[in-house]
Amino acid sequence: MTPSDIIELLKQNHASSVVSAAAEGPYPHAVIKAEELKTIAAFLKTQPRLRFDLLRCISAIDWPAKNNIELAYDLISTSLGHAFAVKVVLDRADPQVESLSAVWPAAEWHEREAFDLMGVVFLHHPDLRRILMPEDWPGHPLRKDYQDIVEYRGLKFNP
Amino acid sequence: MKEIELQYRHPPDLLHDGEIPSDIRTEELVLNMGPQHPSTHGVLRVILQTDGELVLKATPYLGYLHRCAEKIAEKVTYRQFTPYTDRLDYLAAMNNNLGFALAVEKLGGIETPPRADYLRVIFAELNRIASHLMATGSYGLDMGAFTPLIYCFREREWVMDLFEAASGARLTYSYITIGGVREDLPEGWVGRCREFLDYFEPKITEYNNLLSFNHIFINRTGNVGICPPELAVAYGLTGPCVRGSGLPWDLRKATPYCRYNEFDFDIPVGRGENGAVGDCWDRYFVRVQEMVQSVRIIRQALDKLADGPVQVKVPRMVKLPAGEVYCEVENPRGQLGFHLVSDGGTSPYRLKIRGPSFCNLSVLPVLAPNCLLADIAALLGSIDIVMGEVDR
Repeated sequence: MTPSDIIELLKQNHASSVVSAAAEGPYPHAVIKAEELKTIAAFLKTQPRLRFDLLRCISAIDWPAKNNIELAYDLISTSLGHAFAVKVVLDRADPQVESLSAVWPAAEWHEREAFDLMGVVFLHHPDLRRILMPEDWPGHPLRKDYQDIVEYRGLKFNP
Repeated sequence: MKEIELQYRHPPDLLHDGEIPSDIRTEELVLNMGPQHPSTHGVLRVILQTDGELVLKATPYLGYLHRCAEKIAEKVTYRQFTPYTDRLDYLAAMNNNLGFALAVEKLGGIETPPRADYLRVIFAELNRIASHLMATGSYGLDMGAFTPLIYCFREREWVMDLFEAASGARLTYSYITIGGVREDLPEGWVGRCREFLDYFEPKITEYNNLLSFNHIFINRTGNVGICPPELAVAYGLTGPCVRGSGLPWDLRKATPYCRYNEFDFDIPVGRGENGAVGDCWDRYFVRVQEMVQSVRIIRQALDKLADGPVQVKVPRMVKLPAGEVYCEVENPRGQLGFHLVSDGGTSPYRLKIRGPSFCNLSVLPVLAPNCLLADIAALLGSIDIVMGEVDR
C-alpha cells in the first residue's frame, strides 16, 4: 500500500485520532493524538491490509522552540513490505505517553532509551530504567538544553 | 512444591532417565558475566540468575561503550559525522558509511552516478564477507574450536588488503561519502578482487567441513536458543537472526537501495537441519550461506562496473533542507537505520541511530531462561553483537 492509502485507511477507521498526515515527501507519516497511541498501534499491527509487525525504531526529537517533544515510531511490514511512521507530540515539561511494549515487545528497549536520553516517561512499561547511562546520572543528555556536568562521583571533567 | 518446579524446569533429556535423582535440591546463585569476558564480544555485562547449571533469568546491562554518537552528530557537520559512523559497528564500517550517506542523500535529493552505486555495492558486500568471517570464526572460538578463527582471519586479511588499497584504511574507512565514494579504484584493483573471489569461494567448503558440519559443534549449537519467527519479528530482530528463524526478510530484496534490484541473489534462511528452526546453528549457518551470495553479488557488480564519475558534486559544507527522513540499510548484523532531522542548518538537528545489534540483543532475556549456563556463550555468539553499535 502507498502512504496515501495507509493514511486514508487510518482516517476511515480512526478519523478523530489523526491530527495531521503527510503522504508526500521523504518522510510519509501521520501525527496522532498521544492518548490514542495504543489503540492506533494495535490497529496498525492487526489490520489485515496493514500488518505492521516490525517496529524498527522509536526516535525522540526535542523541540525547545515549539516547547514539545516528538516521538516517531517507524514501522515496516515483513509480510506486505510497506513502511510507514506515526508520530505523537508531547508536552516538553511533562512528556508522558502509554508504552507500546505490549503491542511490539521491541518497543521495550527503545522506550528505555528514550526515557534515559530524552526523559520521556512511558506509562505501564514493564521495566522503565536507564539503559545506557548510569542509574544516578543527572539529566537527560539528548535534551537540547542539557548542561554538561563537571563532576561525577569524584571524577572531574574538563570541558 | 520445589520438587515439581525443578522437574518442570529441567528438559527431560537432561535428567538421563533417572540418572540424576529428581529430588536433588540446589540453591539459586547470581552470577556476573562481563563486562570483561571473552565470550560477551565486547563490554557487555549480563547478570545471570542460575539454578545449578540452568539459567533462570538473564539481565543485560549496557552502556560501557556509550559515547552518545547521537549528541556528537548535533555538534558536527554532515561530512564530519561520516568517520563517527565507522565506529558504530566497527566490523562493518563500509555498510555504516553507506547507511548514513543514503540518509543524507535521500533528504537532500542527491542522485549518485551508476559507477558509485556499483562500487558501493561491491564494498558493502566485501565488508559483509569480512564481518561474517569474523562472526563465524569467533563463534567457533566461543565453542572451543580455535582453528576456524585462524582460517577465517587468513581470508579476512585479503579483504582488508583490498580495502586498504582503495581507501587507505583497514578498519575505519570513511570511503563511502555523501554523493558517491571518496575516490576511484587504484589500478589493477578489479583484477585483484576477482582473484580473491575465485580463491575465497572454495574456502567456504573448507569452513563447512571444519566447523559447520562438525559433530561437536552441531551438538553445542543445534536445538539451543530456539527463536521462533513470530518472536524474532516481535522483538525487532533483523538480519541473520530473523532469517535464521526461517523468515526470508532482507531489505536488499524488500526495499532495494543502491541498485540491489539489478542483482540476482537468494536469501538463505534457517531450515532446522540440525535441530529446530531458529536455533543457534541456523543463525550461524545463514551467515555462511550469505557469504556465498555476497560473492555472487560482487561478481555481477564487477561485470556491470563501467567507466564514469564516482561522485556527484556536493558542496564541502553540506546543507540540507528542513525536514526529516528515516533510511535503513541491510548491514551484516541486520537493519541499520538513521532517523535524520534537519532544520536547514549545516549539521543534523537530530540523528537517531537504530543499531541492529541493540535490537537483536533485546531478545536475550527471553531466550536465555532454561538454557544451560554454557549455552549462554553459544546464544550470545549466534546473535553476534558488536558493542560499539549496541551502546553507540
